[in-house]
Amino acid sequence: MNIRYFAWVRERVGVEEEAIELPSSVVTVADLIGHLKTIDDNHAFAFEDEETIRVALDQMHVEADAELGDAKEAAFFPPMTGG
Amino acid sequence: MVVEATVRVQAEDFSAQSEMDTLTAGRRDVGALVSFTGLCRDEAGTLAALELEHYPGMAEAELDRIASDALKRWPLTGLTVVHRYGKIRPGEQIVLVVAASAHRRAAFEAADFLMDFLKTRAPFWKKEHFVSGKAETWVAAKADDDADAERWIAS
Repeated sequence: MNIRYFAWVRERVGVEEEAIELPSSVVTVADLIGHLKTIDDNHAFAFEDEETIRVALDQMHVEADAELGDAKEAAFFPPMTGG
Repeated sequence: MVVEATVRVQAEDFSAQSEMDTLTAGRRDVGALVSFTGLCRDEAGTLAALELEHYPGMAEAELDRIASDALKRWPLTGLTVVHRYGKIRPGEQIVLVVAASAHRRAAFEAADFLMDFLKTRAPFWKKEHFVSGKAETWVAAKADDDADAERWIAS
């Protein structure tokens, strides 16, 4: 799955984008966050306060309990501050 | 007639006047035109620039979704949303919403609704660069903005 990061989540992870093979046990967004946190210290730091982080699947906002289904891209970012 | 919103996400500056002119050109049925421009502001004299990051593709898609909601909710004759990204200095323009309708209430409310949801749902993030050269910081989201968006759900 393609994973993208924005703003301070991107800065903490250290990359903008990465392709990750997911174990079959990863079903929901929350599972995915749990998996990403195990990759390294940067990921663990980025997702330290995971309640704060927002998620989009294929460019649509979703909640942590959403199933990944056949989504091709997941994006993680802080609450938005545009406008 | 089906009204389509115009949504643009761009680095370049925009002209509110020319966007307004586009929504009224050749029409006799537009009685109200509401335009909101958001500017980069520096109240303390410490800000060198805001750097706006966005999620290409999703930024446009989310603005389209919010604009479609507004078109369903109010009888508009036109709706334009322009949001910039990149480095923007104090005094420069960041965002524009123009709503056109036969009557003022729909145009005022639609523009207000657009801005409230744009702030809480469109994937843009602001980073502050300071005159002093001290470390850049990400702007934190405001609870007030969430409350502003909630008003439209409650009503």
